[in-house]
Amino acid sequence: MAEMLDVEKDELKFGFIKLTDMAPLAIAYEKGFFEDEGLFVTLEPQANWKVLLDRVIDGQLDGAHMLAGQPLAATIGYGTEAHIVTPFSMDLNGNGITVSNAVWEEMKKNIPEEGGKPVHPISAAALKPVVQGYKAQGKSFNMGMVFPVSTHNYELRYWLAAGGLNPGFYTPDNTSGQIDADVLLSVTPPPQMPSTMEAGTIDGYCVGEPWNQQAVFKGIGVPVITDYEIWKNNPEKVFGLTDTFVQENPNTAIAVTKALIRAAMWLDADDNANRAEAVEILSRSQYVGADAEVIAASMTGTFEYEKGDVREVPDFNVFFRHNATYPYYSDAIWYLTQMRRWGQIAEAKPDAWYAETAASVYLPEVYLKAAESLIDDGLAAREDFPFGTDGYKPATAEFIDGVEYDGHAPNAYLDRFSIGLKGDEKVGG
Amino acid sequence: MTALTDPTHVKAARQERRFARITRADKVFRLFGLAWIAPLLRIAAGDQPGPNLREIWRTLGIPLVAIALFLAAWAVLAPRVQTSLGAVPGPAAVWEQAVSLNEDYLRETAKADDFYARQEARNAKLIAAGKEDAVKWRDYTGAPTYYAQIWTSLQTVFFGFLVATAIAVPVGILCGLSPVMSAGLNPLIQIFKPVSPLAWLPIVTMIISAVYATNDGLFSKSFLISAITVTLCSLWPTLINTALGVASIDKDLVNVGRVLNLDTRTRIVKLVLPSALPLIFTGLRLSLGVGWMVLIAAEMLAQNPGLGKFVWDEFQNGSSQSLARIMVAVLTIGLIGYALDRLMFALQTMFTFSANR
Repeated sequence: MAEMLDVEKDELKFGFIKLTDMAPLAIAYEKGFFEDEGLFVTLEPQANWKVLLDRVIDGQLDGAHMLAGQPLAATIGYGTEAHIVTPFSMDLNGNGITVSNAVWEEMKKNIPEEGGKPVHPISAAALKPVVQGYKAQGKSFNMGMVFPVSTHNYELRYWLAAGGLNPGFYTPDNTSGQIDADVLLSVTPPPQMPSTMEAGTIDGYCVGEPWNQQAVFKGIGVPVITDYEIWKNNPEKVFGLTDTFVQENPNTAIAVTKALIRAAMWLDADDNANRAEAVEILSRSQYVGADAEVIAASMTGTFEYEKGDVREVPDFNVFFRHNATYPYYSDAIWYLTQMRRWGQIAEAKPDAWYAETAASVYLPEVYLKAAESLIDDGLAAREDFPFGTDGYKPATAEFIDGVEYDGHAPNAYLDRFSIGLKGDEKVGG
Repeated sequence: MTALTDPTHVKAARQERRFARITRADKVFRLFGLAWIAPLLRIAAGDQPGPNLREIWRTLGIPLVAIALFLAAWAVLAPRVQTSLGAVPGPAAVWEQAVSLNEDYLRETAKADDFYARQEARNAKLIAAGKEDAVKWRDYTGAPTYYAQIWTSLQTVFFGFLVATAIAVPVGILCGLSPVMSAGLNPLIQIFKPVSPLAWLPIVTMIISAVYATNDGLFSKSFLISAITVTLCSLWPTLINTALGVASIDKDLVNVGRVLNLDTRTRIVKLVLPSALPLIFTGLRLSLGVGWMVLIAAEMLAQNPGLGKFVWDEFQNGSSQSLARIMVAVLTIGLIGYALDRLMFALQTMFTFSANR
């Protein structure tokens, strides 16, 4: 055993929301990875994303499982202002968009079939006539997402806009995000999504697992698309801490990152061999608590769309492959572009501002120290980590609408969209 | 053997004594809601079975039949209600989850033991290597078990209740003694009394977060937030009843106090309090009941540790066992509420004069 890091604070409390992608935290705890670093961690489920963020900011929690957009939004002062940083990206993909049975029946008419099954990926263009039908009857078409700065909000908006539906804009004095909207989006906590849809308050939603598969199991809705098909291998959750905490406890931050990297490696080891055990751990009531079969539906590389329509999605939940845990600046910048696109960032910003903001929130230096330390301990190999990267992934066009994204040129990227703010545009101006 | 040779009047006297003892014990039984024990003992002591059996039927038979009917109705009706989490669980499913919660507790305890064993081994190794300064003793950090949640809730409700009592009784006495105070405070009491705990909660949360900045003090923030919410809601019944009890004190007693020229302190302690005590206790009983009810709601909303959080977490889990587990919690909450009420009733009987009972 190598020399343990001299941690400044060894009793830590981390928050999480009951979603399968909190897995690295549960595994790091259950497998003793935290303990190996001399950390005594308490994991506590939180009611919703806002409560979780507020508790991290006021120090009731030392860190938490967060939406990738949360540290960025908090740092630039959208919503609650606080300098939140992240040394560790928790996973890729893992979300889906689900619509109610009634909407699915209508949508199906507009989807081409192949061998008796709908052709995937399904574009929101198939939803457009349904929304227009609602409009003609004077009804609004409502969908749920989990938080204004959540991955789900941006993915759902991206999907709707790619299919020609306007998901609505934000302005500094109207934060409902429903200005000029064809589809009204509103916030619902993930675990309540299925029941809210059942009650008819929303007609569909974008949420992480297990809440899409839950809709299939309960027979109340049909997942139409996974976020893997909206943007291949998109970053989903991060582990967020306050900047102050990392400044005051540098070794603790590295030790926590080490334990989480080990957990992520364990989750993806030997081609997902450990996933079954992970499912059992996650199904315990103190973690996700949903039925094991529901969690397993997506954790083990398959995804059920319509009842009986099970398809292979091997990368539906990625925890370590494809450098999933490395905090890439380009991932941060993509989220910032979407905040700008929908008006959460009201003014135009130069490309340099995007790069600076990403660099102040994402801490690859902490990540790499943790990786070095793991290599010294003989627990990881050098080739597992992207040493020497400048923090920008190569430009990619693997989006549902094929628009190319290059993190070096956020403004040029925004110019390519037909729906959304670009250049100096302002909402209503 | 002696009984056979005893003359009848001695036997009668002995039986009389026995009945008197049973009657005395009966008071204690009734405190715990066990009124059916005394008639059984009376029969055993040779009393006429007729009236006693009727008494047993009234105090034990009827409740048992009612509970049995309730369970039967529950078992029959529950499966007919289909929710998205499956059918509503019947008594059997709930019992199963109660057992499984106990198993969880045992498993968690075993894990805690393992943790301490590992810690021992680690520290022993460090000491052997001569690194005494690296030795750390830490408490186990696992998920709170069901019993731990119950214990947390009980601690919180009592803390909040005691703070409420410490405020409400003196203020109530002031209101009862002084018409000026009473007129001044009355509108405030009337306005704040009907406010729901859930409305107080955000305000309390904000204030505590601002004022109680350290997180390593005597209490955790969440504990204080829950407890103070309980205080704010369980204050009023005690306050109002105390004021009423003090105000309605016998005029003769007040005059006696005047004639004897007693100072205020003696007057309150010797005259006012004893005669207001029954009503004060009525208030306390109501307060504790309200406090317990409020606490569960506060824990649910604020996600503070305790039974309320257990219920909310299970609701969020949305697994096929969640409903049954929530029902276990509901029954637990009910039983504890009943036990708390009995406890207050017992204290009331101990502290107040029988004439006022």
